[in-house]
Amino acid sequence: MKLNERSLAFYATCDAPVDNAGFLYKKGGRHAAYHRRWFVLRGNMLFYFEDAASREPVGVIILEGCTVELVEAAEEFAFAVRFAGARARTYVLAAESQAAMEGWVKALSRASFDYLRLVVRELEQQLAAVRAGGCPLPPRRPRALPPKENGCAVWSAEPPAGARPGPVPPPLPPRRRASAPNGPLHAASFARLHEWYGQEVRALRGQWLRSRAQP
Amino acid sequence: MAAVVLPGERRCGTFLARGRPAARRARLALRVLGPGGAMRYNEKELQALSRQPAELAAELGMRGPKKGSVLKRRLVKLVVNFLFYFRTDEAEPVGALLLEHCRVTQEEPSGFSISFIEDPERKYHFECRSEEQCQEWMGALRRASYEFMRRSLIFYRNEIQKMTGKDPLEQFGISEEARFQLGGLKA
Repeated sequence: MKLNERSLAFYATCDAPVDNAGFLYKKGGRHAAYHRRWFVLRGNMLFYFEDAASREPVGVIILEGCTVELVEAAEEFAFAVRFAGARARTYVLAAESQAAMEGWVKALSRASFDYLRLVVRELEQQLAAVRAGGCPLPPRRPRALPPKENGCAVWSAEPPAGARPGPVPPPLPPRRRASAPNGPLHAASFARLHEWYGQEVRALRGQWLRSRAQP
Repeated sequence: MAAVVLPGERRCGTFLARGRPAARRARLALRVLGPGGAMRYNEKELQALSRQPAELAAELGMRGPKKGSVLKRRLVKLVVNFLFYFRTDEAEPVGALLLEHCRVTQEEPSGFSISFIEDPERKYHFECRSEEQCQEWMGALRRASYEFMRRSLIFYRNEIQKMTGKDPLEQFGISEEARFQLGGLKA
C-alpha cells in the first residue's frame, strides 16, 4: 500500500506540541531483544525515532482500533499495544518508571480519532443544550466512554460495542428565552464557523491577489 | 538512518539481508520506501482501517502528484484521518493519504486537489461528477484531521466553560490531558 510517508514524517517532527514523548523500550519481535527508542505520540500516531535528536522516524504505529494493556514481562513497567484480527501484531513496550508507564498507558488508550470524535460530539451537544436551555446538563459519565476498571487496569481505545451513534438524551427544554443572539452564527458548530470564516478569508485573499495583479 | 537492524529484517536499498524463512519475513511490517529511507508502519492495521465504515466514499477520478500522471477511476474512501483509494474492483487499497496538515483546494471545473504543507506544489487531483459532490468532499476533507478535531474540542470546551463556569472535560476525567490543553506538551 502506498502511503504519503513524507507527510507522515512531517507530522512526526513538526513544531506543534506533542501529546506525549519519551524513551520507551520496544521489543523487536516475539523472541527479540528490547531496543530503546524515542517515542512521540501525536494524534492517533505513535512515532518512534532512533533517539531524541533524530530528524526522521524509524517507524510509526497507527493506533486506531488498538487496546492498551499491562503485561507480564521480564521487563519492568511493560505494557502492550494490541490489535484485533488474525496475525495482528502486539507491540510490547516498557517505560523507565511506574509514572511514565501510567502516563503512556493513559495517553495511548485515549489516542484514537474515534475517541476524540466521541468527545467532540458529546461537547457539541452539550453546548447546543446550554445555548438552548440556558442551564448546564447535570454532570454524568456518558455511557459510550470506556470505564476504568480497578485492579485490572485495562484501558481500551476502542469504544465498547454498541456505543456507536446511539440515542442521546434530548436537550433540556428552554426555561426562558436567552438574550438576543449577537450574531448570525452564534449557535453554529465549530465546523460551520471554520467554514464561514474560511470563506471570508478566501474572498479577502482573492481580492488581494486581484489587486496585486493590476499594474 | 537507523543503524540497528532487528533480527529477521531486511533494509531495502542497502543490501543488508539475513537469511530467514520466507514465512518469518512475511510476518514483519512492510516498509515504505521514501527519500530518507524506509519508515516502518503497521500495514495490516491500516488495511483493516480501510475496511471500516467511511465518513464518505465515492468513485472519483484521481491523478497522482507526479508529472505526466493520468486520471484513473478510483474508489475513494474517507476513514478517520486517512483517505484510502482503491482500484474499483479490488478489496485492498492501492494507497492511503494521512490527512494531517493538508490543504484542500478547488480545481476547476468540479474537482479539488490535496497538497501537504511540506510540499505545497505536490498535488493529488480528484475529479467529481458535480460541483455539489466536490463541495461535499472538500468540506469533509478539511474537517478530517485529528488536529482539526482537537481544535474543535478546545473550542467547545472553552465555550461551555464560559457559559456554565464548569469544565466539561472534568466529567470525562480528562481535563488534565495535555492533548486537550491549548498549549499541549512541548516536543
